[in-house]
Amino acid sequence: MSEPILTLEGVETDIGRYHILSGVDLEVPRGQVTMLLGRNGVGKTTTLRSVIGHWRAKSGRILFDGQDITRMPTPAIARMGLGFVPEDMGIFSDLTVEENMTLAAASGPLSPKRRDRIFAAFPPLATFWRASAGTLSGGQKQMLSIARAMAEERRLYLIDEPTKGLAPAIVSTMAAALRELKREGASILLVEQNFAVARTLGDRAAVMEGGRIVWTGAMAELATDAKLQSRLLGLSVEGV
Amino acid sequence: MSVQSEGAPAHRPTFAALSARDKLAKSAPFLLLPVLALVGLALIGTWPTWLTLTVSGLAMGMMIFVMASGLTLVFGLMDVINFGHGAFISVGAFVGISVLAGLGDWTGAASLALNIGAVLAAVIAAMAVTGALGWGFERVLVRPVYGAHLRQILVTVGGLIVIEQMIHVVWGPDEIFLTRPEMLKGVTLFAGAAIETYRLLAVVVGLVLFVAMRLVLRRTKIGLIVRAGVQNGEMVEALGYQLRLVFVGTFVAGSTLAGLGGVMWGLYQEVITAGMGEEMMILVFVVVIIGGLGSVEGAFIGALLVGLLQNYVAFLAPKLALVSNIGLMTAILMWRPEGMLPVVRAK
Repeated sequence: MSEPILTLEGVETDIGRYHILSGVDLEVPRGQVTMLLGRNGVGKTTTLRSVIGHWRAKSGRILFDGQDITRMPTPAIARMGLGFVPEDMGIFSDLTVEENMTLAAASGPLSPKRRDRIFAAFPPLATFWRASAGTLSGGQKQMLSIARAMAEERRLYLIDEPTKGLAPAIVSTMAAALRELKREGASILLVEQNFAVARTLGDRAAVMEGGRIVWTGAMAELATDAKLQSRLLGLSVEGV
Repeated sequence: MSVQSEGAPAHRPTFAALSARDKLAKSAPFLLLPVLALVGLALIGTWPTWLTLTVSGLAMGMMIFVMASGLTLVFGLMDVINFGHGAFISVGAFVGISVLAGLGDWTGAASLALNIGAVLAAVIAAMAVTGALGWGFERVLVRPVYGAHLRQILVTVGGLIVIEQMIHVVWGPDEIFLTRPEMLKGVTLFAGAAIETYRLLAVVVGLVLFVAMRLVLRRTKIGLIVRAGVQNGEMVEALGYQLRLVFVGTFVAGSTLAGLGGVMWGLYQEVITAGMGEEMMILVFVVVIIGGLGSVEGAFIGALLVGLLQNYVAFLAPKLALVSNIGLMTAILMWRPEGMLPVVRAK
């Protein structure tokens, strides 16, 4: 198997006085979807934020495509080809949808081909292209947030809870868009609480507990083992 | 390239027409200007007097806008309260006036081209010096105090005092009187009123700057980054932009504009002092606050309102002129507590 696109080795991150990550070891393989699972407050978001550099790892190493990015400034990491969808979506609400997308295409204008692809995946963005992003609904904002990550060719996507708080119809739109990304061979590290979505999208799964990874394996294995789910995720019966 | 979006509901939104009230609320700040001008005309009564006062008010407003525009951006984007801005105004004036003094042949000639050339040289020199000064100021004084308002006030007021004293060291402690270039001294007859030529020039410069700033903020990527950075700097960085550089660039741009404003104000008053920038800061802050923090449009309207009101009131009831600006600020903040067109919400 080829070298992983992203490797975390013993990453520890503090937020203020709180010790959040206590030695995260994780490998994200190329061209696959890795689900980062676990209960609330176990450090999933902190792991993603440590990779993009919003919070600095206190110790350990983070390698992106073989290059050490542990101490690299956030813009430099992003420019290496990392698409980030934060938990709060990070929409610029005073800017229009179009302006949000223009900014997302950092290394050049958004190509018409990509724009059409994004419109196909998320039709509301076409409708509200010139509207202020602040007027979008929660689901539309989430679409915009993922669309921004898709505005350019990325080597890795970090996506934090794309289906949080969304209606089932919108959740399946999100899942379809992510499946399309996956089909094109994108490497994705995805935090997802909705296990039904996770089991259909994920190739691999990593489960966190208390600031470290406690289980890694094939998603299929976790999806079929109810006991394992119950032990690792506190899911009752066969996961929704 | 077919993407399944089986779950996406069909979006055929209809847009309700805005009610007259909503439409008015959006453009109300812009309407204040003609309303104020008409009220002024009714109270003043005679056309030539009103026109003279109006042009004078607009000229003053434009110059205040030039000084305030940089400050409001720095305020909005970087959340930095920079009292040192006043020092850049003074330094700009002293550098610019020194250059003009050195170009005596050009300023004394009865040629508009040479006169404007001299002013242009003065402005460029002033902007270059204040820009460099702003760069150093940000690096040495402001950078360590990002996010700490009280420290920003203390440190930038300290910087202001030091720079003012440096002006005393370089140019001496006395005020410097000057005369405007030959062709900018006189008056222009226009629509039955005599209007100082220099004021017309100030109005034109202010308008050009306003339009240019709007274009940059609305139409360029740098402008997008600045506007997005005001809202969510972390996300701007996660998209690959170096917000630090944009911060520094904005600070330097704000400083150069203060320098430009200083030269214009010095030529307007025909006297410069080391404390002139500090004195202007009161008006500049009033304009930034009533305009709404971070808003170039707000600062523009605010500055013109201040300029017009001050000139009208000074003519109609001279004793009230001193309180007219504070009165205006109070009235506007009672109407819109975050200023007329706020970009940054109070934190």
